[in-house]
Amino acid sequence: MFEVKASMAGSVWKITAEEGSKINDGEDVVILESMKMEIPIPAETSGTIKELKVSEGDFVNEGDVIAIIEA
Amino acid sequence: MEKTMSDQQTFEERVKKIAGGGAEKYHEKNAEKGKMFVRDRLQLLFDEDIDIEDAFFANCQSEGLPADGVVTGIGKINGETVCVMANDSTVKAGSWGARTVEKIIRIQETALKINAPMLYLVDSAGARITDQVDMFPNRRGAGRIFHNQIKLSGRVPQVCLLFGPSAAGGAYIPAFCDIVVMVDGNASMYLGSPRMAEKVIGEKVSLEEMGGASMHCSVSGCGDVLASDEKEALWFARNYLSYFPSSYQERPKTREAREPQAFEKTIEELIPDNQNAPFDMYQFIDRIIDEDSFCEIKKKFAPELITGLSRINGKSVGIIANQPRAKGGVLFPDSADKAAKFIQLCDAFNIPLLFLADIPGFMIGTKVERAGIIRHGAKMLAAMSEATVPKISVIVRKAYGAGLYAMAGPAFEPDACLALPTAQIAVMGPEAAVNAVYANKIAALPEEERPAFIKEKQEEYKENIDIYRLASEMVVDDVVKPGRLRHELSTRYEAYTHKDVQFTDRKHGVYPV
Repeated sequence: MFEVKASMAGSVWKITAEEGSKINDGEDVVILESMKMEIPIPAETSGTIKELKVSEGDFVNEGDVIAIIEA
Repeated sequence: MEKTMSDQQTFEERVKKIAGGGAEKYHEKNAEKGKMFVRDRLQLLFDEDIDIEDAFFANCQSEGLPADGVVTGIGKINGETVCVMANDSTVKAGSWGARTVEKIIRIQETALKINAPMLYLVDSAGARITDQVDMFPNRRGAGRIFHNQIKLSGRVPQVCLLFGPSAAGGAYIPAFCDIVVMVDGNASMYLGSPRMAEKVIGEKVSLEEMGGASMHCSVSGCGDVLASDEKEALWFARNYLSYFPSSYQERPKTREAREPQAFEKTIEELIPDNQNAPFDMYQFIDRIIDEDSFCEIKKKFAPELITGLSRINGKSVGIIANQPRAKGGVLFPDSADKAAKFIQLCDAFNIPLLFLADIPGFMIGTKVERAGIIRHGAKMLAAMSEATVPKISVIVRKAYGAGLYAMAGPAFEPDACLALPTAQIAVMGPEAAVNAVYANKIAALPEEERPAFIKEKQEEYKENIDIYRLASEMVVDDVVKPGRLRHELSTRYEAYTHKDVQFTDRKHGVYPV
C-alpha cells in the first residue's frame, strides 16, 4: 500500500486516474492547481489505484493523502 | 651487521601491522555491511594510491592498537594534488583520540598551505570519551578541526564522503564541507544517537529514520548526494572535483567539449504554449549542455529547483533551474536555501552561473510564512547578488514577481539577461493580475459580461508585458531562438572569461540567515 500525497497546498483541478485502474510509476494521478500553476502529482510506484480520496475542486494541504495504490 | 637486519625486520613488521588496520573480526564485520577497508577506499579514490602519508606510525606503541584510527595524507585525483583524512573503523570504530585529532588538524593545515582540496572520508563513532581531556577542550582539540574547515571554506574545495556514522560533534565535519555524499544504508549523521534520544527526551526512533542517508538527502538537506554503495560515492568525488579548480586562485580546467545528446524532440517542441502547464526542465538542460556532463547536487531535496554542475563546450557551468514538473517550480524555503549554497559554491571557485527561469514566484500561505520564507528567500537573493563570476539569466518562460529577482533578473547585474520567445516577465501572471486590479469592477458586472471583460483585460495585460516590448525597452539584452541558446551561452561565457569584478568594499556583509 502506497500513499500518494499532495506535494503542496492547492485545489484538485483534474483527476487523471480512475479508482480500480492500473497505474505506472511516474504517471500522474491528479493535477492540482496552485499558484495559478498546474501541479501534476505522479504515482511513485506501479500498481492499482485502490482508493481516490479527493474530488475535483477539493482543497488539499501539503502532505494530504490523495490516493492509495496497491502495488 | 646482524643488528641492522633485525632493525630492518622490526621496521617491516611494524609497517605491515599498521597497514593492516584493526583486528580481523572488525574487517569481517565491515565487509558484511558492504564497507571497504580504509586503504582500499583510498586506492579507489586516488589516481594511483596515497602518495604521501604523515604520522603513519602515530599510536603504534599504544597497547592493543596497530596505529591510530585515521589515515591522513596526499595523493592525486584527475592528476591534481589533494589532501585527505580517512577514518579507519577497524581501529576503535574510527573514534577520535588525541592523535586522531592532531593528525586531522595537521593535514588540514597542509591543505591550507599548499592550496589543495581537502577530502574527509568519514566513518567514525565520535569522540573517545576516555581521552576527552587530551582531545576535546584544548587549543588543538577537536574544535580546531571545525575552525580549520571554516578557514578552508571557499579557499579549497572540501568534500565529505560518509561511509558510516558521523556522530555528535563529528557531525559538524560534513556540515562544514561544500558537499556531502552519503552511502545509503550505512551512512548516518546525528547529534544524539537514538539510544540517547530515548534516554534524554523519551523519543523512540530508528537510526535510519532519525539520521539515515535517505532522510538527510531528501528531508533535512544535510546530505547532498545519496550513493548506493561506496564505489559510487568514491567515483562521485572524483567526477565532482573535475569541475573545480584546486583553489579559489585558479579557474576550472577546460575538458574536451562534447555536443549535447541527440533527441527527437527539439528544444522548441519541449516548451508548452500554456505558461501554466508543466514541462520537464531536465530535458531542457540536456539539450544545452555537453552530453553526460550533468553532475546534480541535492537531487532529492527541494526538487522544484534543480542545481548542478555541467559543461558547456568543455567549460564548467553551475546551473540553477526552476523545475515546473515539481511544485510548479515555485520557490520554497528549502529551495531558496539549496540555491544559496550552490551559488556560493560556484562563485567561490570561479564557476560561471546559469539561471534558467520558469517561475511563478515564491510560495505564499501561512505554512511558508511561519517557516520564514522571507528570510530564506533573502539568502538566495543575497548569494545570487554577490556572485561575481560570469552570470547569465535565461528567461525560459514566466518570471513573475520576486521569482525574476531570485533568478538573477536584470537588476542584479547579470552579464546578460536573455529571453526566449516564450518568455513572460511580470509582477504576476495575467490571470492573477486582472483579478487583482479589476476585482471590484468584475464583481459589479452582470455575470454574463464577466468572461468577455476578463479576457479583454488579460489580452491588454499580455500586450503590456510583451517580451518584444521589454526587449525594445532594453529590459532584456536579447531574445534568443531556443535552438541557438547553447551557441549563444557558449559564446558569451567565452567572452566573459576574464571578468574581474569586486562586489563591494567591506569586511563582509551581514548575511540574512
